[in-house]
Amino acid sequence: MNVRLASTLLLTASLGLAGCSKKAPEELPPPPAPTTTEAPAPAPYTPAGPTVGSQAHFENAVNGQNVIYFDTDRYNIDSADAAALQAQAQYLARYPQVNITIEGHCDERGTREYNLALGERRANAAKNYLTGLGVDASRIRTVSYGKERPVALGSDEGSWAQNRRAVSIVIS
Amino acid sequence: MKYLLLAFALFAAPLAAQDQDLGAPSAEGGEVETLGEAQDDGGLTFTVTDESDWQDLGVAIPGFATDRDVATPANADGTAALGREVARVITANLRNNGLFKPVGPDSLPQPSFAQITAPNWGTWSGRGAEMLVHGYVRARTDGRLLFGCYLYDVALQDELVREGWVVPPADWRRAAHKCADLIYSRLTGESPFFDSRIAYIAETGPKDRRIKRLAIMDSDGANHRFLTLGSATALTPRYSPDYKRLLYLSYVDGNPRIYVYDIGTGRQVLVAQTGNPTFAPRWSPDGRYILYSMAIAGNTDIYRVPSNGGQSVRLTDTPGIDIGGSYSPDGSKIVFESDRSGEQQCYVMNADGSNQRRLSFFGGRCATPEWSPRGDQIAFTRIAGDFNIAVMGTNGRNLRVLTKGWQDEAPTWAPNGRIIQFFRTERNSGRSALWQVDLTGRNERKLPTPVDASDPAWGPLLP
Repeated sequence: MNVRLASTLLLTASLGLAGCSKKAPEELPPPPAPTTTEAPAPAPYTPAGPTVGSQAHFENAVNGQNVIYFDTDRYNIDSADAAALQAQAQYLARYPQVNITIEGHCDERGTREYNLALGERRANAAKNYLTGLGVDASRIRTVSYGKERPVALGSDEGSWAQNRRAVSIVIS
Repeated sequence: MKYLLLAFALFAAPLAAQDQDLGAPSAEGGEVETLGEAQDDGGLTFTVTDESDWQDLGVAIPGFATDRDVATPANADGTAALGREVARVITANLRNNGLFKPVGPDSLPQPSFAQITAPNWGTWSGRGAEMLVHGYVRARTDGRLLFGCYLYDVALQDELVREGWVVPPADWRRAAHKCADLIYSRLTGESPFFDSRIAYIAETGPKDRRIKRLAIMDSDGANHRFLTLGSATALTPRYSPDYKRLLYLSYVDGNPRIYVYDIGTGRQVLVAQTGNPTFAPRWSPDGRYILYSMAIAGNTDIYRVPSNGGQSVRLTDTPGIDIGGSYSPDGSKIVFESDRSGEQQCYVMNADGSNQRRLSFFGGRCATPEWSPRGDQIAFTRIAGDFNIAVMGTNGRNLRVLTKGWQDEAPTWAPNGRIIQFFRTERNSGRSALWQVDLTGRNERKLPTPVDASDPAWGPLLP
């Protein structure tokens, strides 16, 4: 835990990123699933923490900024999104063997088919920003889930803000 | 090479992975042979939009009689029991339509076989019935069933219409639907619609892990069948006009892609074999073409491909999202959805993509437009705060909002263009159900489905 925290702080500092996102949702998304619930391994030579190229390693490295958020019916990359995508681009530059899928999502307040197209547009906006930062386009796959996979389950502005998102997932 | 792949997309053999989510195929029912004369002297003087004077029209529907009560595969208790069951199906059809007050066989005397063509008028006028339905069922030596259906005016003591059908035992419900259609058409002057089917998406599970399966059923919810197993998300089905194939979207290979599913063989192929996502599948009215929407680098446009394979033609080319599409009944025009103005609105174009122009200019957004099978109106999802089902004329005028739900979405027309089905999603829980409303907006009801339901697609009258 200490090692994880330390490396997170280090990376944040080294990337020089401001901590707060201008357009954070009113309620923060729930913490990522406990992917690090590994049994306490007493083996002395095993390094603690997630392995390079795992989703947990990626999320730690980008300080949880593997998700970017959008305004209603929009797909533009604002400054908070740009900072998150810069962190992702640095990770991808450091680990050239890692490829990602960007999932585009929408809130429930849209018609199904339009939301599929809008999610695809959001995922592509994130992809285009990353390729603009030098990431090879062949390393980034996009998929739209429209409104089919919400993370926040309420029918209110706070939930919808969390669901209008593009999520970067390491391809394992 | 890319061109070739696109051009022959529909000939592509299905990959093994594409079949992973499919249930066992089973062919649709057999032929229905129509006997007897269908009188075509128009209906009575009513119209559906002015039903106030006759919605209490009493229609008595006693059990169908049989000449000999014999065993039949259609009913474990024989043809006499089947006759009562047929009358129950007709009663439910007419009652659920909201236009009649039918009384079914469970609270009526059972006429004899001889009385079917010679009603005992005193019995029925004494019960206050204005209209009387009689019918019979007879097991034929060839194993098929013969159904007769008669509509009488009790006050006039006169027959209004009669018809007969020969069906395989498994299709006995179709005879009931055809009788209900005969009564409905004769009394309203409208085209029939009960003898039709619905494809939709069956939903189970929590809001963030919803399981969505392709399912089909008769217009009254009977003969329900799941076509996919639920391991892959299925969305937005559309019956082909001949009911032999279904278009739908599946995530079976991890990406949103449209497939053509053959109901008889259970095989499916991609509509367009590309690396790009495809969605919003639609048939042309004659079944010869498929419309699909495809996103390339985030920009979605509408394409048309022959349904038996051939070259895709791109119909729209504006930046932004052009999606969906619904043909006019004559196939000459397509109404579709576009956010080229900055928000979702409805547009119309010629079937070749020419002469695109915006149709909707009222407040709010216009989404998922569907052209009425009668050609006279366009139904759509109106987004103005809440999501509601609305209709407008084909010129974009005469907006009428028909529903008042929090989120009512995706209208689909009954074969006769008088009723609209849609799905309603509940706030917070995310639970969804199929509903229908007639063009007056007054007769709204929820359809019974085994589990939650969305994305209804009402097919045409069965061939």
